[in-house]
Amino acid sequence: MPDLLLELFSEEIPARMQAGAAENLRKLVTDALVERGLLYEGAKAFVTPRRLALAIHGLPAHQPDTHEERKGPRVGAPDAAIQGFLKAAGLFSLDEAKIVSDPKKGDSYVAHIHRHGRPTPDVVAEIVPEIVRGFPWPKSMRWGKASAETGSLRWVRPLQSILCTFGPETEEPEVVRFEIDGLKSGDTTRGHRFLSEGAIKVRRLDDWMAKLEAAFVVADRDRRKDIILNDAKDLALAQGLELVEDEGLLDEIAGLVEWPVVLMGSFEEGFLDVPDEVIRATIRANQKCFVLKDPSTGRLANRFILVSNLKASDGGKAIVAGNERVIRARLSDAKFFWETDKRTNATVSLEERLAKFGNVTFHEKLGSQLERIRRIAALAKTLAPLVGADPELAERAALYAKSDLRTEVVGEFPEVQGLMGKYYARLEGLPEEIALAAEEHYKPQGPTDRVPTAPVSIAVALADKLDTLVGFWAIDEKPTGSKDPYALRRAALGVVRLVLENGLRVNLKAAIIDAYKPILGKRYYDAASKELSDIENIAERMGSDDLADYAIRFEGSVKAVDPFEDLIPGYEGVAADLAADLLAFFADRLKVHLREQGARHDLVDAVFALPDQDDLLLIVKRVEALGRFLSSEDGRNLLAGTKRAANILRIEEKKDGVAYEGGVDAALLAEPEERALADAIADLRPQIEAALASEDFEGAMALIARLRAPVDAFFDKVTVNAEDRTLRENRLRLLADIRAATRAIADFDRIEG
Amino acid sequence: MIDPALPPHMRPDKSFQGLILALHAFWADKGCVVLQPYDMEVGAGTFHPATTLRALGPLPWKAAYVQPSRRPKDGRYGENPNRLQHYYQYQVILKPSPADLQDLYLASLDAIGIDLKLHDVRFVEDDWESPTLGAWGLGWECWCDGMEVSQFTYFQQLAGFECAPVAGELTYGLERLAMYVQGVENVYDLNFNGRDGAEKVTYGDVFLQAEQEYSRHNFEYADTDMLFEQFRMAESAAAKYLEAGWADGKARHLMAQPAYDQCIKASHVFNLLDARGVISVTERQSYILRVRELAKACGGAWLATAAGGVDVAKA
Repeated sequence: MPDLLLELFSEEIPARMQAGAAENLRKLVTDALVERGLLYEGAKAFVTPRRLALAIHGLPAHQPDTHEERKGPRVGAPDAAIQGFLKAAGLFSLDEAKIVSDPKKGDSYVAHIHRHGRPTPDVVAEIVPEIVRGFPWPKSMRWGKASAETGSLRWVRPLQSILCTFGPETEEPEVVRFEIDGLKSGDTTRGHRFLSEGAIKVRRLDDWMAKLEAAFVVADRDRRKDIILNDAKDLALAQGLELVEDEGLLDEIAGLVEWPVVLMGSFEEGFLDVPDEVIRATIRANQKCFVLKDPSTGRLANRFILVSNLKASDGGKAIVAGNERVIRARLSDAKFFWETDKRTNATVSLEERLAKFGNVTFHEKLGSQLERIRRIAALAKTLAPLVGADPELAERAALYAKSDLRTEVVGEFPEVQGLMGKYYARLEGLPEEIALAAEEHYKPQGPTDRVPTAPVSIAVALADKLDTLVGFWAIDEKPTGSKDPYALRRAALGVVRLVLENGLRVNLKAAIIDAYKPILGKRYYDAASKELSDIENIAERMGSDDLADYAIRFEGSVKAVDPFEDLIPGYEGVAADLAADLLAFFADRLKVHLREQGARHDLVDAVFALPDQDDLLLIVKRVEALGRFLSSEDGRNLLAGTKRAANILRIEEKKDGVAYEGGVDAALLAEPEERALADAIADLRPQIEAALASEDFEGAMALIARLRAPVDAFFDKVTVNAEDRTLRENRLRLLADIRAATRAIADFDRIEG
Repeated sequence: MIDPALPPHMRPDKSFQGLILALHAFWADKGCVVLQPYDMEVGAGTFHPATTLRALGPLPWKAAYVQPSRRPKDGRYGENPNRLQHYYQYQVILKPSPADLQDLYLASLDAIGIDLKLHDVRFVEDDWESPTLGAWGLGWECWCDGMEVSQFTYFQQLAGFECAPVAGELTYGLERLAMYVQGVENVYDLNFNGRDGAEKVTYGDVFLQAEQEYSRHNFEYADTDMLFEQFRMAESAAAKYLEAGWADGKARHLMAQPAYDQCIKASHVFNLLDARGVISVTERQSYILRVRELAKACGGAWLATAAGGVDVAKA
């Protein structure tokens, strides 16, 4: 069966788009073929900086023939209907149609249409131009003379030539002919930009691969990655060093070269004074080079690995020398920043450094970074005792934690924020807790990041995340759908993981209300300031930016007032409402988190449905105990019994229009089973409550399990809807007692099963 | 390959001015008009009307020029070997972008002594955007042995208008390129005139004092009251000229270039104010928007001129 080869040759495709484009090309072309009845045996896409290619193996030479029966109008229908039918079916006259009889509808025409499948190249010539025109590049462009007209071809960068061949393995393939915006398909391509000259004629895939390889192009992206990685490791090993592997960088570099040549360069040892992470960030981000580690010290070596796209005539000497010069210049910048920061930290007090954050807006409605840092510090101090940290130390750590954001190094390399804070704190001789908190308070970032365990780090990390959440909740910037620009889901998950993985007991509601205090204080003050709101209102009506600017500036001058002293009475009520909303968000995050760990989300719901659940650790303990209980036979049966009780109650309460709640009359308990159940409940309830009060969830589950037998016996022997009205109502009250007893543990109604 | 007929002091790898002359010779040979720098303070070669305005409209255009560029914030008091608040860009603009633009660019590198069999030249994604000009394009930064030596952009939009046809823009960072071909680590050590001994003039001889003086000016002393006032004046003058320039019921514009001068002025004044740190984050955005509005209005006016593609005889 024949094979298809398609290559779209262009100017350099951005590295980050290459893998996605290859996959899109494969999917779009194969889907279009299948849709037209052309099944294939295999397809593989290729991508280099200058070409996007697809090889499809085992395609039929033609589409299959098709047969269609098309029903027409009845015999004797008006001429317009007949003509329409003939046209649609592609018939010349009614002689070519058959007549079928139907006992109900009478005689009508039917056309049998045979279609011969079209040759595959014709189909390809039709679909490829369409796919190229509509190709889903993240960003595309127009170019050249053609771009004077609207609707000209768009591609990621100028498209220069198209190769498209089709044919069986044993024969000379044919060129699939088509034209896109004046670009005609052919059977030639080009090799490496600098190492090869002229056009290369290609027949099919194996030929394409071999000829490109001879023209210094490794078409297969994975092979380029392998070459880079293996050569880099070999070069490192030869020097007794270890490659610091970096998958993201490897991916990017593989998209920048067609002929990878791996080389090693070095820099002056003096630069190793700069922290490893900064060296790595510089070399990686700006130069796209790998760094190397000295296995004997674990620290970086003064070597780097670069990947060039050229087999140079001098063996790469000039390339290495050039890269070394750039890296030297970059590292002297980094070293200069590092030295400047050290000098500044030694001579300028933290207070003065913090003052600069007053000019940096955190969010227009949430004030400056300085205000935010002060809020976090106050909250960290409040939270400290709950996590076993020293309050004064937690406050100091929080004030220090973000100070590295204004340093030169972090200004240049934002990815080392926090880490630099740690280094600078150590250099300033601050307690190690403060240094650690500077680095760790951003953690955990996401579900797999490490969770800090040092108490001061925990206090600052919690305060940082709570302030963020509470702030954006207060100004109503909650995540919606896939939009979460402030990464609030990640912040909430961070809180969940900090609490759970450190086994912390925190009443989130109280903590949230504490966090709201300064934010609402400020917002209330602003809202109450009449002049300000007037200007804003007027500005809104006039749509004037200038007035809005005045309002913002005015707001700026109001900010100087200490927000803590301007709390408007009633803030606590508002805070509690916002807290309830935010707690529901935490519940969602917790559910997602527990589900990922294999817990049942309905159990989390069942526990969250209980009043005043804001202690994440207890919630999880309770969910775990509940899960174990429900997987036992007692648990399953009790759940069924409780659900049955709840169902009956729901129906009867609706019928009667009353809610049954407690007050079982012992004198009316006629049957032994109902007496036994009432006794058991009366006996167990205080014990369960005591167990729960001492947070002994396993104990509580063991106690409630003892209800199973009496509940089963009750439903077995006793008819709830007795003839006697007083008996019936008393039994309904007994059912309500079952519900109440189980609700001390969880809302069994919300449990599935 | 460097023209072997050149005397040593004229060689692009020996002298800063030799580098400029070699690029002039190369692009003049390719049919560009070789222009002189625009006589106003600008942040980049793109601001020259030969790029911003000429890239708009349907008429073909090929130009090359050096543009002194001012970035007040990049001043380092002459103490940084790479960063300058005043530097030179070599700018080439070709409309429509020719099919062999990449090859032309590579040939220009060859002409200034970068041997493409010896050096690793690469095109690394870099999308260009100028918020103040309401402009964007796609292209690359061009690397030579890991160093960015040029920007290569296919303009898609300028002053808020689609480019039809698209122009290709090449911007060479002249100091960097010269440092590379001369093998110098510090910009101030560049040989400016290609001579040796007592006759040698370095980049530092020409510009070091200026870098020190202007850094002081940009960061410490630039008169902000005056600058705020100048911004307002430039903005209102631009609006006035734009308004007054319309003729034939908005079919033609007679003063697009004088209006655009004021837009350039406002943009530079804003850069100075920004360097002085007197513009807050919120205000910053609104200043950028104000300059962009001017640029857009100037682009619209330009498109109603003869060079912008209007058939003046008909209009």
